[in-house]
Amino acid sequence: MTLTDLKPGDRARIVAWSTDVPPARLLEMGMLPGSEIELVRYAPLGDPIDIKVRGFHLSIRKSEASLVQVDVI
Amino acid sequence: MADSATTTLRRVALIGNPNVGKTTLFNLLTGMRQKVGNYPGVTVERKVGRLDGDPPIEIIDLPGSYSLSPKSADERIAYDVLMGHLPGEAVPDLVVCVVDASNLERNLYLVSQVMDTGLPTLVALNMTDAAEEAGLSIDTKKLEEELGVPVIPMVASRNEGVGKLKYRMRQQELPPTAERQWDIMPVVDEGLPYLVDLLTEHVHEEGRRIEVLQCLTNDAMLAYWKDRAPAFHAAILEERSRLEGLKAPYQQSEIMGRYNWISPVVARVVSRSRGDSEPTLSDRIDAVLTHRVAGPVLFGLLLLLIFQAVFTWATPAMDLIEAGVGNLGDLVRANAPASMFTDLVVDGVIAGVGNVAVFLPQILLLFFFLGLMEDTGYMARSAFIMDRIMSKVGLSGGSVVPLLSSFACAIPGIMAARTLANPRDRLITIMVAPLMSCSARLPVYTLFIAAFLPTGAVLGIFTWQGVAMFSMYLLGTVMAFVAAFVLRRFVFTKGDSSFFAMELPPYRMPRFRQIFWRLIDRSKAFVVRAGKIIFGMSIILWVLATFPQSDAPEAIVAEQAALSEEKAERVEGLVNGGVVRAEAEALIENEFTDEALAIEARLAAWQVERSFIGRMGKFIEPVMQPLGFDWKISAGIISAFAAREVIISALATIYSVGDVEEDSPLLRDQLKADTYADGSPVYTPLVAVSLLVFFVLALQCMSTLAIARRETNSWKWPAVMWLYMTGLAYLFSLVIYQGGQALGWG
Repeated sequence: MTLTDLKPGDRARIVAWSTDVPPARLLEMGMLPGSEIELVRYAPLGDPIDIKVRGFHLSIRKSEASLVQVDVI
Repeated sequence: MADSATTTLRRVALIGNPNVGKTTLFNLLTGMRQKVGNYPGVTVERKVGRLDGDPPIEIIDLPGSYSLSPKSADERIAYDVLMGHLPGEAVPDLVVCVVDASNLERNLYLVSQVMDTGLPTLVALNMTDAAEEAGLSIDTKKLEEELGVPVIPMVASRNEGVGKLKYRMRQQELPPTAERQWDIMPVVDEGLPYLVDLLTEHVHEEGRRIEVLQCLTNDAMLAYWKDRAPAFHAAILEERSRLEGLKAPYQQSEIMGRYNWISPVVARVVSRSRGDSEPTLSDRIDAVLTHRVAGPVLFGLLLLLIFQAVFTWATPAMDLIEAGVGNLGDLVRANAPASMFTDLVVDGVIAGVGNVAVFLPQILLLFFFLGLMEDTGYMARSAFIMDRIMSKVGLSGGSVVPLLSSFACAIPGIMAARTLANPRDRLITIMVAPLMSCSARLPVYTLFIAAFLPTGAVLGIFTWQGVAMFSMYLLGTVMAFVAAFVLRRFVFTKGDSSFFAMELPPYRMPRFRQIFWRLIDRSKAFVVRAGKIIFGMSIILWVLATFPQSDAPEAIVAEQAALSEEKAERVEGLVNGGVVRAEAEALIENEFTDEALAIEARLAAWQVERSFIGRMGKFIEPVMQPLGFDWKISAGIISAFAAREVIISALATIYSVGDVEEDSPLLRDQLKADTYADGSPVYTPLVAVSLLVFFVLALQCMSTLAIARRETNSWKWPAVMWLYMTGLAYLFSLVIYQGGQALGWG
């Protein structure tokens, strides 16, 4: 499943990026395979999403989030 | 660089992620002793300040960066300064990494990169109070050991720990260069030594490895070496294809390597006293402010409040400035000899500078609210809420603030676009920002709406005039979105898609000191940059409206003569009747003031018609006629090229009305009374609408062009901006006027 399949409040672990060139900025912010991640909420219009990674809140769009494969913990 | 401290000023660079209190620290260290300039060739601000004391230290505030692998112009500068890639910019002697203690892991990523540049490094562990609040306790001593560089805990906003930082910055002996402790995946590592050697002549020893890693993954960085070190450039490309052939994920290798070192370090030095998932106060605020329903409603209300403030609270201050400028002009006129030079000073210089100064209250208020939004952390939430809508036209939530700022003035709006990391988003935002109705259009809207649109009510609570005003703002905004969509779709088709990654920093109490600083900074930039241009243009306009001077026409000379004769006759009559001559003269002079002024006004109008500006208006009249504009409006539009609001003083000059208030009944009546030779009125409501729409869309602002030139670093984009906006304005006014006439609304 991908990050966009999570419901608000769900916690998951990143398994892999389903692209050869993941956005470098997101990697630098700590969205690496193995990192724990929490989906906090969806924006009022459904996109982007607010996630918590390595202790801080980050907002990314669903189009990027759908490239992140996760396992729910 | 070892003994530079003894010979010249020691130079210390501050670097850190955005929102870690780096600027607070910079202001605290340098106070008023700051200089803001630009790095050569780019638009990134170069902020340098001086820390007084013994010895004094020069402090460079580098732009906020998440990483030294540049994603934006700002981050590129930070890297280039540390690596000495900028001509004329010496490498700093010491780097202070400002780190958010409550967000240690991500912040240490940048620290690990800075350490790899080989420069002596200090870590300023800031916001330790926020970390405590979040239930984190950090073992500073242990962190220092793990990293191998000095760590100074502090709370910059409360001035705690800053003394110790100053002490460390002044110490004669710089901290030693830290050992690199992280490893990259073997397949990448084995290729590095050869590439590092190729940089021997170009980069200092400690910095070579990080330079290689940057170039391996970043095309913009590699391009720097294309001509400087062609062999290195070629070798990197070869190495990339080797790694691609091996299917090695080398793009991520540096990032993974660093985090593999950082994560365990953080686990060893940070202990948690409560669960990670427990909602903080900030989380609870977010539950309301970004709520599905409450979020957008509150955002809308906030915008309404800001508008209300900018347009009504600013009025008393604006009136005061206007009156002050008027009084100053009168004072000069009363005390200086009547001459051409006095006219220039009063009508050109004082009125011109007044034109800028009068918008200052609005701009200050707007900047205050923007500062408040930024400082509390709400700004990021507004982008979060708006991103979906903005993405429809190919922009991102980050463009919301620059575009909103443009409602006050496109200049700060265009400057605010610097915060956008994506160059294409930034350029599009700059290109459409001037379509948002700025405060300089407001006086023009006010004058023409008040003069020519009906006052009746619509739907009970609104007035036609209110609806018209709202429509002007709406039209500008809609056109900005359409233009963004078209630019994105057909002009800027290349480049990364505008992907959006934005930190949502924890909410915090606004620090008014910070907001005040930024307010001063930004208003200074506005006054200086816009002021210079408007000042110069006011003088030019005055010259254009004053010269060439022509002799009064016979008809007016005759009128003047007739008036003098009549006055003389009346005086004689009174004197014969027994009144003292001086008294009689004063009495008659008073009685005929209106007539004398009327003749003078006709003379002034006659002269303006023959001045350069009048001739220019006549010259373009044939082109403007299809929009419903006569030569006077055309001349006004030409003069409004410098700045929109100038059309009011220009029309006032042309119609020879002394009073140039936008709600001046005099000018309004003059406009209403003006007719063509055949007796039909010059201004019909249709002409007024056509003119209003022209002002919504046309780019009539020298300052905007100048700032766009600065921010895009070329004349190409300002030229495109002017052409497309003016073209749009012409087209819309043409359709409205011709269509309106066809429908019989003329």
